[in-house]
Amino acid sequence: MIPVHYYLIVSAIMFITGVVGVLTRRNAIIIFMCIELMLNSVNLTFVAFSAYLGNVSGQIFVFFVMAVAAAEAAVGLAIVIALFRNRQTVNINEINLLKW
Amino acid sequence: MIPHLLTYLLLLPLIGAAIVLLMRRNVSAVRWTGLVFSVATFALSIPLFFAYDPATASMQFVEKVEWIASLNVSYHVGLDGISLLLVLLTTFLTPIVLLSSWTSIKKNLAFYFALMLILETAMLGVFVALDTFLFYVFWELILIPMYFIIGIWGGKERIYATVKFFIYTMVGSLLMLIAIIWLGYYASTLPGGEFTTDIVRLFEIAPTIPLNIQMWMFAAFALSFLIKVPAFPLHTWLPDAHVEAPTGGSVILAGVLLKMGTYGLIRFNLQLFPQSSLEFASFLSVIGVIGIIYGALVSMVQKDVKKLVAYSSVSHMGFILLGLFGMTIQGMQGGLIQMVNHGLSTGALFLIVGMIYDRRHTRMIEEFGGLARQIPVFATFFMIITLSSIGLPGLNGFVGEFLILLGAFQSTVLDSIWYVVFAATGVVFAAVYMLWMFQRVVFGVSRRPENSSVTDLNFREIALLLPIVLFVFWIGIYPSTFLSKTEASMQRVVDKLELVRSEAKFSETAPTTPQ
Amino acid sequence: MYEYVGLIVLFPLIGLLINGLLGRKIKSEVLVGTIGSAAVGLSFIVAAAIFVDMLGAAADDRSHVVTLFTWLAAGSFKVSAAYQVDQLSILMTLVVTGVGFLIHVYSIGYMHGDRGFWRFFTYLNLFIFAMLNLVLADNYVLMFLGWEGVGLCSYLLIGFWYDKKFPGVSITWTGDAANKAFYVNRIGDFAFMIGMFLIFKEFGTLTYYEVMDQAEAVAVGDGTMFWITLLLFIGATGKSAQIPLFIWLPDAMAGPTPVSALIHAATMVTAGVYMVARNAALYALAPDTMMIVAIVGAVTAIMAASIGIAQNDIKKVLAYSTVSQLGFMFLALGVGAFTAAIFHLMTHAFFKACLFLGSGSVIHALHEEQDIRRMGGLKRIMPRTYWTFLISSFAIAGFPPLSGFFSKDEILWKAFADASPILWGIGAIAAFMTAFYMFRMVTLTFLGEARWESGKHPHESPASMTIPLIVLAFLAIFGGFVGVPAVLGGGNAIHQWLHPVYFQAEQIMRLPEHHNHALEYLLMGISVAIALGGFLLGRNMYLKDPEADRKLMKLGVLYRVLANKYYIDEAYDGAVVKPLVKSSETLLYRVFDVGIIDGIVNGLGRLATATSSMLRTVQTGIIQNYAAVLVLGIVLVLGLIILI
Repeated sequence: MIPVHYYLIVSAIMFITGVVGVLTRRNAIIIFMCIELMLNSVNLTFVAFSAYLGNVSGQIFVFFVMAVAAAEAAVGLAIVIALFRNRQTVNINEINLLKW
Repeated sequence: MIPHLLTYLLLLPLIGAAIVLLMRRNVSAVRWTGLVFSVATFALSIPLFFAYDPATASMQFVEKVEWIASLNVSYHVGLDGISLLLVLLTTFLTPIVLLSSWTSIKKNLAFYFALMLILETAMLGVFVALDTFLFYVFWELILIPMYFIIGIWGGKERIYATVKFFIYTMVGSLLMLIAIIWLGYYASTLPGGEFTTDIVRLFEIAPTIPLNIQMWMFAAFALSFLIKVPAFPLHTWLPDAHVEAPTGGSVILAGVLLKMGTYGLIRFNLQLFPQSSLEFASFLSVIGVIGIIYGALVSMVQKDVKKLVAYSSVSHMGFILLGLFGMTIQGMQGGLIQMVNHGLSTGALFLIVGMIYDRRHTRMIEEFGGLARQIPVFATFFMIITLSSIGLPGLNGFVGEFLILLGAFQSTVLDSIWYVVFAATGVVFAAVYMLWMFQRVVFGVSRRPENSSVTDLNFREIALLLPIVLFVFWIGIYPSTFLSKTEASMQRVVDKLELVRSEAKFSETAPTTPQ
Repeated sequence: MYEYVGLIVLFPLIGLLINGLLGRKIKSEVLVGTIGSAAVGLSFIVAAAIFVDMLGAAADDRSHVVTLFTWLAAGSFKVSAAYQVDQLSILMTLVVTGVGFLIHVYSIGYMHGDRGFWRFFTYLNLFIFAMLNLVLADNYVLMFLGWEGVGLCSYLLIGFWYDKKFPGVSITWTGDAANKAFYVNRIGDFAFMIGMFLIFKEFGTLTYYEVMDQAEAVAVGDGTMFWITLLLFIGATGKSAQIPLFIWLPDAMAGPTPVSALIHAATMVTAGVYMVARNAALYALAPDTMMIVAIVGAVTAIMAASIGIAQNDIKKVLAYSTVSQLGFMFLALGVGAFTAAIFHLMTHAFFKACLFLGSGSVIHALHEEQDIRRMGGLKRIMPRTYWTFLISSFAIAGFPPLSGFFSKDEILWKAFADASPILWGIGAIAAFMTAFYMFRMVTLTFLGEARWESGKHPHESPASMTIPLIVLAFLAIFGGFVGVPAVLGGGNAIHQWLHPVYFQAEQIMRLPEHHNHALEYLLMGISVAIALGGFLLGRNMYLKDPEADRKLMKLGVLYRVLANKYYIDEAYDGAVVKPLVKSSETLLYRVFDVGIIDGIVNGLGRLATATSSMLRTVQTGIIQNYAAVLVLGIVLVLGLIILI
């Protein structure tokens, strides 16, 4: 078998990539993609542990995560479109009305 | 006697304020209603004076109703000799203030009158509260009407002045709040005790606080009061507040609000913390003396009459501080009567300045001259009040100043004649700054053509100055009417301080018990 | 009779209230003037009645206290509105009300047409009221009320013509001169007050007879007594214009002439002399102070006389003359001749008032001309003014048998016999100068050719002005006979009269009796010679040559110094006044109050604002920043949980 920590490392790398992407990318759509990446890395972790521990609840939980991710993507993209209509930009740095 | 007299006294102005606000469309009705309510309050306070029994030092007209049971806070009010005169001063000055603002306040007169009446309730509350929590509520309540009065109807820099006044005073008050809470907590730590804010109870408890902590409590209370007095060097809010405030605001500020500071010093600092008072006596007396001389010298070089009078207030209140912390009966009686005197004289000075401002819309000394020729009645009143302010014997200012200086001179607590020697130079300087200003404003010849169209005092203005002048002479010639009422209460304060002092001496010199 | 002493004080009070409140409505000058004068006149009558009553009483039964009400009281301190009627106070009262009455009558004529006529009489009555409180008080505080009260009145009356200019050092208006008088007096009052506090601290009371009673137990030369008496004396130098506080008196000539007569010649300035005399028992306990008093008096006498020689304003000459004569009175007090001082006070009141009122008459006649260089030749035009003026000049110079001779001579004799010949010498020189400048003035004013500006038509003054002059001149002639010394065969009535008042002091001082009549006659002769010499020199130098000042000016710098009053005003101005005002303005106000104290207050405000400005930069509005902080926080917390 492939040792579980291989999967965990891949998962971690994906997660970190996602986090870095969220914190540094300017385009709101890209940030969403990175968020998806983070969610999927968590999915990978769940599946890996499910196979390792022989407990199927991990895989069940993946379905939950995917459902939530889909819903969140739908609502989030709707917000981004509304934002674009108002501000004519999806550049996060320019959407700063809460600035002092 | 009328039961619950003090509560009615507190409520009447509030009711007046509410009614005035309801009538705000009709300016004339507002004026007369406001005046009637304030005069009624004064009339209601007169029985206090006559029914007061000067023989006893304990609180009279006491009312106590439980308020916040869990904290042992009650609505507890009462009067003694010290508060009696100040209550009367307040009720006496408020109608005069309202009368002085008759025509000079052009917009929102109803709101102004309402604020003044609410202010009156708050001031009266400060003087009669016998519960520290209640006292604090009223103390802070003063700030709101004053804030609006200066902020809305004031001069050019009014926002700066009123914010400065508000924050400055509040900073001191917050420390006082901490001290109040701590006192209540201390009461709860005593055997069989509980958290209390009742002053009468605290009079017994507080002197037992160990000295090092007591001094912090003293300082916390004192800071708040010294800011109000105003004592050097915490006085810089006063010139700005006075200059920017409308006439009525200045009169009530100088007339009553400043007295709250010294009243607090007597009621709280001297009576709750006698040991600390003795420790701090020299320091505070020095502050007083510095205030006298500093206030006088800075007053001398002012170009704005109102600022000059403001700094003269610093000087006069310095005398009162000296009188109080000399801790002799003469000094303290002098200090108390001087509080009343200052309220009357300086209040009148601000009224007079207001009258000339109403006519010429300037307060700069440069702009005047020759007013004696133009408006002699005004000049006469101005002269009498000026003389009162510089302490001419026969007028009220002398009684206070003389008793204060005599008391501080004999003081065994201060134990040095030099306080008085320096303070007495204030007597010379007072003459200098007042008469020099008077000369440039009233005598000589007019320096501006606009002065020739100035009209003399009308009936209303004479009517509001005349009662003050009456008291100026009454207190100057026959002060016993007033001093006799306060003597017993003051004597109690002095006796307590003497007792504490002799106990301290005794414990210092007591021989150690032989084994 | 003495129970009616309250009336003496009451009448002027009523007078001032009537004139003050209703004066503007009363259109008749005569009525206003009559009310004012009658008030003082009635006081005089009551005082005279009490005096006559006292004469009839036994010598030790003449002192009484009448209490009206308790004035100030706190703890053990108590002071009443109470009047002490004794030999000294009744004598002073008679002088004050008597001369005051004459001056009131004179003022009716002098102030005719002035738009402030009623105000003038109100102030005059107020002054008499205050002065009476001063001399009749039975305690220091009520005396202080009168003391400051007369100071107030001199302020009001010097600046009476408040829109008139008046040149002086740092003085532009009459009001500035009035202010100066008040400030300088206040400095003296400050010392007086400290002296009072010391008395209370030492004796526990401020009532005269209680203090004097306790003073009997005090040793001579006691340190506290030195300070008490010295401080009281400094107060006196302010009121009575001695060194170093005399600078206000000459500028006080800005006021109307009757004011100068009343306040600065006859009564107010003598308050200091009265006060020291009243406290004789205390001064006797402080020989050091007595010496200071005598020296200050002598030096002031000679200094003021020297300045008087170089003055050209008729009122200024008389003003310096007053300062000088007051110096004589203090010299007398300082050497222990209390009676002589009061005697001279009385005679001085007569002739100086006469001189001032006479000068007023001249000034009015020449339409406000006050420079004696522009007078002359008035003898025939104003005979009554001239003769009364001349008589008073002889009196002040000390010609026998006029009043001034007896009083001044007694002072000089006592100075020589009880103190030192040096003091006598200074006094004698001052007396010579007095005679000189007086007759210089008489000659230049009344004799010789007319030197006034064309267009002026001088004439004698009306009866309301000349009758008081005549009465005063009469008193100047005969007033001295109450004090004829034993050596000339008189009973020295005034000395007998005042003896009980000074008994305590004399017991302490134990001055020896004088039996050296020869010496006394010698000194008396020298006094007469001095007077004669001054008269002749003054008269002859200026009779032929009105510009004889040129000869004096040959003294160069010395003359200029005298003419400019030793530059003392300039010295005070430069050393005290200007630095005080300047440093208050720049240092205290701008640098300290506005800059430092208010700077700290505003600085705290700015600190709060600055801190907030820095802190608010955290709110960038950029979500990623918030997210980054979030992540950081999570990592930290997780790290802490894992590690701990």
